[in-house]
This record gives sequence, C-alpha cells and structure tokens, in this order.
Amino acid sequence: MHNGRAFPIAIVGHVDHGKSTLIGRLLHDTGALPEGKVAALKEASRKRGMPFEWSFVMDALKIERDQGITIDTTRIRFASAARPYVIIDAPGHVEFLKNMLTGAAAAEAAILVVDVIEGLSEQTRRHAFLLNLLGIREIIVAVNKMDRCGYAKDAFDRVAHAASRYLAGLDLAAAAIIPISARNGDMIARRSVSPSWYDGPSVLQALDALAGAPDEADRPLRLPVQDVYKFDERRIIVGRIESGRLRAGDRLTFSPGGRSARIASLESWNAQEAVTAAAGQSVGLTLDEDIFVERGQVASAPDAAPPAASRLKLRLFHFGHAPLRAGDAVRLQIGLAERAATIEAVESVVDINDLTRRSAAAIGRHDIADVVLHSRTPVAVETALEGRHLGRGILRRGHHIVAGFLVAAVLDAPQAAPVAGAARHLTPVTSAVPPAERSAAWGHAGAVLWLTGLSGAGKSTLALALERELFRRDWRAVLLDGDSLRRGLNADLGFSEAARAENVRRIGAVARHLAESGMIAIVACIAPRAIHRERLRHALGPLFHEVYVKASLDLCERRDVKGLYAKARRGEIASFTGVSDPYEPPAAPELEIGTDGPTPAECLGHLLEYVERVFRPADVRRLAS
Amino acid sequence: MDGLARPASIDPDMRARCLTDLDDLESQSVFILREAFRKVEKLGLLWSIGKDSNVLVWLARKAFFGRVPFPAIHIDTSYKLPEMIRFRERMAREWGLELIVGRNHAALAEGMNHTRGRVACCTALKTEGLKEVIQRHGFTGVIAGIRRDEEGTRAKERVFSPRAENAEWNFRDQPPEFWNHFNTEFPPGIHLRIHPLLHWTELDVWRYVRREGIPVVDLYFARGGRRYRSLGCAPCTGTVASEAADIDALIAELESTRIAERAGRAQDQEAEDAFERLRAGGYM
Repeated sequence: MHNGRAFPIAIVGHVDHGKSTLIGRLLHDTGALPEGKVAALKEASRKRGMPFEWSFVMDALKIERDQGITIDTTRIRFASAARPYVIIDAPGHVEFLKNMLTGAAAAEAAILVVDVIEGLSEQTRRHAFLLNLLGIREIIVAVNKMDRCGYAKDAFDRVAHAASRYLAGLDLAAAAIIPISARNGDMIARRSVSPSWYDGPSVLQALDALAGAPDEADRPLRLPVQDVYKFDERRIIVGRIESGRLRAGDRLTFSPGGRSARIASLESWNAQEAVTAAAGQSVGLTLDEDIFVERGQVASAPDAAPPAASRLKLRLFHFGHAPLRAGDAVRLQIGLAERAATIEAVESVVDINDLTRRSAAAIGRHDIADVVLHSRTPVAVETALEGRHLGRGILRRGHHIVAGFLVAAVLDAPQAAPVAGAARHLTPVTSAVPPAERSAAWGHAGAVLWLTGLSGAGKSTLALALERELFRRDWRAVLLDGDSLRRGLNADLGFSEAARAENVRRIGAVARHLAESGMIAIVACIAPRAIHRERLRHALGPLFHEVYVKASLDLCERRDVKGLYAKARRGEIASFTGVSDPYEPPAAPELEIGTDGPTPAECLGHLLEYVERVFRPADVRRLAS
Repeated sequence: MDGLARPASIDPDMRARCLTDLDDLESQSVFILREAFRKVEKLGLLWSIGKDSNVLVWLARKAFFGRVPFPAIHIDTSYKLPEMIRFRERMAREWGLELIVGRNHAALAEGMNHTRGRVACCTALKTEGLKEVIQRHGFTGVIAGIRRDEEGTRAKERVFSPRAENAEWNFRDQPPEFWNHFNTEFPPGIHLRIHPLLHWTELDVWRYVRREGIPVVDLYFARGGRRYRSLGCAPCTGTVASEAADIDALIAELESTRIAERAGRAQDQEAEDAFERLRAGGYM
C-alpha cells in the first residue's frame, strides 16, 4: 500500500542519451502534463525555428533551451495504474554533478538511460557508481534510441551486456534492461510492436515491479537531536526519527555522552495525542530527568546505541574546486552533528571506467576516493551498511559543501584511557553532585577555556578581565595562570620538551577537575607545542575549548610587558618561545582573537560572546517570546 | 507532561503504517523550519495571505508548538484584493503573529501601477518592496511558500537557496543539497530563501488545508461560476471558471483539471521568459 506517497525515482545517464526526452514522454503518455503545455512548447519551438523536442517539457528554462543542457534537477509527478511517482531529472553534464547528487539522493530507484549507439560512456559509469554510493540498489537500464539502429537486437545486446557487467562490478543487478525509443514512445508507458523480438516489461511495468527502499521503522531507533526548545515550562527535545520507533516511557540514551533518561511525553500542536512515533516523523519529546542534551547527539535505545568515534574510513565523492589532500582541515557533518576534522590520509582514488584503484596525493574535482578522516571530537556514527542515516554525511570547506561520503569503517571506538602503573589499584571517587545538577543550579556548563598564544599577546590580561566579568555575572569561573602555577604546582619543572609537556598535562588535569565540577577554568598558558594541545583535546574531549590569542611577534616584542623579550634577545633566557623556541599556532582553534588591532574591551567582548553562546545552558534556546 | 503512565492507544506498527503522504510532507517541512530556526540568525516568514503561506504559518505553529517565533512579512503593493487585507488583519491577531507590512512607498508615490508594464510593476512593488524590508530589518533568512510544481523556474529551486546582496538568484551555480544536509553557511551579505513547501503540490496544499482546517481567504471558492486559483494584485489576478464552492468540490476539481495554476497571473504571460526574469531579479 502506498498511502498516496509518491515513489521517488531518479533518471540519470550521459548528456544527450535522452533522459529528458524519456521524461517528457513518460509525462505525456501517462496524462501528467497540464493542458496546453505541449502546445505552448510546440509554439515556442516554431518561433525559434527548431523542431519540437519532448525534452522541452523538462527544459523549462530559456537558458536550457538555448544551450541544449538541463541545468538543474526538477521533480515532476506522474502516476501509473499502480502508484504515483515523482521523477527527479538529473543533468548529465559533468559540471553539474552536484546537481545530479541533489536530485538522485532523494530517489529510491533509478532509470539509467544509455544511448544504444554510443553505449556506456564514462558519464554513464560515473552515474551508475554514484547511484551505488547513494545507496540506490534498484536500477532499470533503458537502452534508448532504438529507432536509430533500426531496433537491431545485436546492438541492444551489446549495450545490455556491457551494462550488466559494469553493474555486477558494483555488486548490483539491473532490475530490467529495456530497449526503448523515447522519441517514438516505444516500450515506455505502453508495450509497442517495436522492437518485435523483445518480450520483457515496458519502463512503466518495470517501475511498478520495484520494491522500493526497506522500511526504516524496522531498524534500530535513531533520533538525531535537532534542537531543544524552552518556549514555556516544557523543555522539548525535537528531531526527526530517522529509523526505528519510540514510545512514551521508553528509556533513551544520547550519544556521544551516553546519558540516558525516559521519555515523559510526546509533544505536538493541533494533532491527536500520541504515545508512539516511528521513522519519518518529526517529533517533540520531554524527558523525565533534566539531563544535558544538545543538537547533534543521537537518541537510541540504551542497548543499541551507535558508537562514538573519531577516526573513520570514508568513501567520498568530491565536487569541490580545490584538490583535497592529506592534512587538509574540513568540517564534518554526520546526521546533525558538526565537527572540525582533518583528512589524515588519502588511501586511493577509484578509476570510474574499470573500478580499479590507484594511489593519489590529491583528490581532484569529481574524483571518488577512500580516505581516513580524523574528527577532533567523537561523533555518533555507523558504517553505511549498518545505518543509512549515521553511515553517511558531507564535508564542508569554508562556505562550501565539497564532498558527500559513506562511512566504510569505524577505525576507533574511543575507550577510557588505560590507567598506568600502580594507579590501577585505586578506586576513583566521583563527585556527589553530577554536572547536570551544577549547571542547572549555576546556569552554565563547566568547561576549559585554554588561552594560547605568544608571550605578550594578551592572554593573562584577557583571562583576568574575563574572570572578573564572569564573576560579576554570577558565573563560577577560576583563573589558572601558567606562570603562577610554575611557582607551586609545577615548581619542579623546567623548560625542556618533556617538562613543557608535563606542565601542560598537569594544568590540563586541574582544569579538567574544575570543569567537571561545573566551573569555567580559564587557563592562560602558552602551551607552544601543537601536539601537547592535541593531547589535551583528546584527554578533555568536549570540555576543551582552544582560544588562540593572536598577535604578531613584532607587536608582542614591542609590548614586552614583562621585559622578557629583551632578556631573551640578550641571551638571558635560554629557551624562550617566539625567540629561541618555536610557537606552533593552532590550526583550527574554537576561537581566534586578534589583539593587534582591537582594544582590550573589544577582545573581551569577543570572548564573552563566545562564552555566553557556548556555555550558557547550551541545550536550551531562550526566546524573546 | 503527565509522566509515564499513559496507556498505549495505538500499536506502533499500526501507527507506522498509517503515515500518509501528507504526514511525510508535514514532517519534512517541520524539519526544514526547525533547521532554519536553528541556523538562521534573523528569520522572517513571507506571508502573502495566500493558501500556501497560510499553510506555512500553520506548519511553523506545528514545528514550534503553537507559536511562530519570528515575524510574518507581508509585501503590500496597495493593489491587493481587499478581502486579503481583511483576512490578514484578522488572522494576524488570531494567530498572534508579529506582522511586518512592507511597501515601496517611493514607487507608489511616483504612481507605479500595472499599466507601466506588469513586470516593471511587480519588480518595483514586490521585489523592491521585499528587498527594502530585508535590509531595514536585517533579515538573514526569509521563509517563502513557493512550490516546485507551480512553474518551471521554481522547479529548479533548492530548499535553502542563497541570494546575493542584490537579492539575485544564481540558478546556474547552486549549492548541492542532499540527505537533508542543507547549506546554511554563507559569506556575509548573502541572505537565504527557505522553501519548506518546495516538494508540495497544489493538491497537497488543499488536502492539507482540509485535513487541518486551516483558514483561507474565501476568494478561492467559486461565486457565480468563477473562483480565484491564485491570489495576487486585483488588476493582474484573474479568475478561472469553476463550480467549486467549498473545499471538497475544489479538491475534486483539482484532481480532474490540468490547467496550469498560474494561468490566471497576467505578469507571467507578458513574455515567454517573464517569470524567469522576475525570479532571477529576486522575486519570490
């Protein structure tokens, strides 16, 4: 039963192989076109002095008629006797790959159109490959322009064989391979006399025989948190159920994080009160406990939670203009989670023509490649085989979406750090007051705000001003100043590489304890080595917020508040960051504050804005209404 | 609200099977509205008073549990049918909308009207009127009720569609949009048009209006054998022959008719590509 739901199909293939003609025909022959549309297009063709083409129906834009290319995807509906369909036309021109993805990604099945004379082109293969990547398993191959080869069986067999072989390489079998003439309407909506030797289904019959994607409601519950609203006394968690079902009273676990609570109620407006919901529904729910929940987490059943991981093997299709290389920073989006990430390695690029792989240093535009990606903090993820929704995502660079991907493997499942030495005999005692209780009482979350930057960049000044202002606002904030701590906690440490590492580790451990106790630990400490800060990030996870206080070395030296640069230049300080020791600036800090230009007040404003935005009940949107 | 002890009235399997195409459309639109609310800093909803934007307001109340947590913008050309303005005032109160009415006073003072050219009039009073409201209020995103099935150029749209500073739409190079990963991050100066009804059809809209009991201007219903199928300015909006005096008759009529919806809109007919030029210039 289709419940009136239109079955979405994509129509793909090489430019000029006749996709739009096929669609124009399908629409016309199933009576889906508005009255007068064909007449108007015939008139427009006459005015332009060109013969009428069925593809004009889809190529509604003037520019397309002029260039003879479909520029973007469109969706048009038609119905067979069995069920309604929505067709997604996809442009075949290679430059318009991102538009093809936009269209085809929404489809449950596809028709791959191949010109019987030209056969499978690189473009045809690329589209078939992408359909596979998009998770579309049901493919009808329409071998078009049979009228141009006199409906010759051997010409059809050649193309049909090549298509089957290529699809087999992708572990796919065509649902049907049909000889058609889109121009003449042969074997599309009606079985026609041509070609006489063919006794398989028409395109419409083959469509009606497709099963469609399996019901996501039958898979484990995945409810990505979209937002948390507090319009009134209710704290409503909203999101769309991507798979599975839920019921009021069920216990949910939120990943990453792993906190859990029961569903107290399902909330809605102007709808029948419900106690259950299933895949496809946008829901709102309240919990029986006030646990911390934020956008990007995924609610699931406690015994079937998706793993949280930060190293992933991806198969991606790249459509960015600039090549993608190992070491490149990207933004990762899986489900509704967003993370800073790095391409750790480019493993191989896939050759579309013969499906072989080659090693490559860079991923070019329109390449399909296997990469290892490192997410800065863990994200709830599954392999594409395990879960449709958490097994795929996109990469963004700057303001552009540059790639879509499937998760081929989860390379880590982060575990608690192994406890070293004799410490394993100790029994850690956790606080009597859980973090959620503190943040509810204090109105903000706990966190570590690590100000890094050159000596003289303004870290301590900014940290002091922030501590004072947060205190004024009734926040729990504590300053940890690297220089001050070297007089006590770290008095035994020097400035060797190992000593600097230990210095950072100890400050990190103290800061973590404060943050876990619900406080804002403001750390002013150079921590000049990127690797030390990365270790902090790993140890502290989402608590760690790196703030790069950025000033030019030149300016810091001119400021020289503590007279240290002068001493270092005179050789009185052996290893001084910026002069004799390197400072490795953060590649992707949570926040960067340039102190060269703005006034200290402006810098503080910048920092406060971040603190308010990120640590103020991060799970609650307060509204003017 | 009342805790855990609610009995299950519907079997979950049954519930899943009961989801209709309208439920799917509603769910997707609610998802889009919530994305826009989360991602767009200064959001507004274009309320044309027509059936589509009434459905939009309704969906916003579904998404935000009875509220519309952003302003509704009506671009008033001063030539709108009087029934529309009365409806606007009544419903804005009833629905508790924060209403912003935009008007291109300068063009009206210079006497702009459809006799100067329908496309010129639309551009001045609607497109420029909207640009002015966007700039004055600093909107970074505007929700609009356009649908793919309305007209060829609208079929090319994205759900989240960026507009340059001059509100122009570059349909040649649009960002990719798949798996519900909407691109909401753009350089300063770009504002977004958000289209939660993009995948709805005219028939879907009416069936949803009927199911939910959403108020609409009664000009849509036939009087004396004619009705409005689409509402705009009085001089440029015509009626179609119809006997559909209520919503059931209207839906039955739509199920059998194949006349294009905007057929009554005179500005589209002025030149073969008139609507496309309007849209590229920033028209909704």
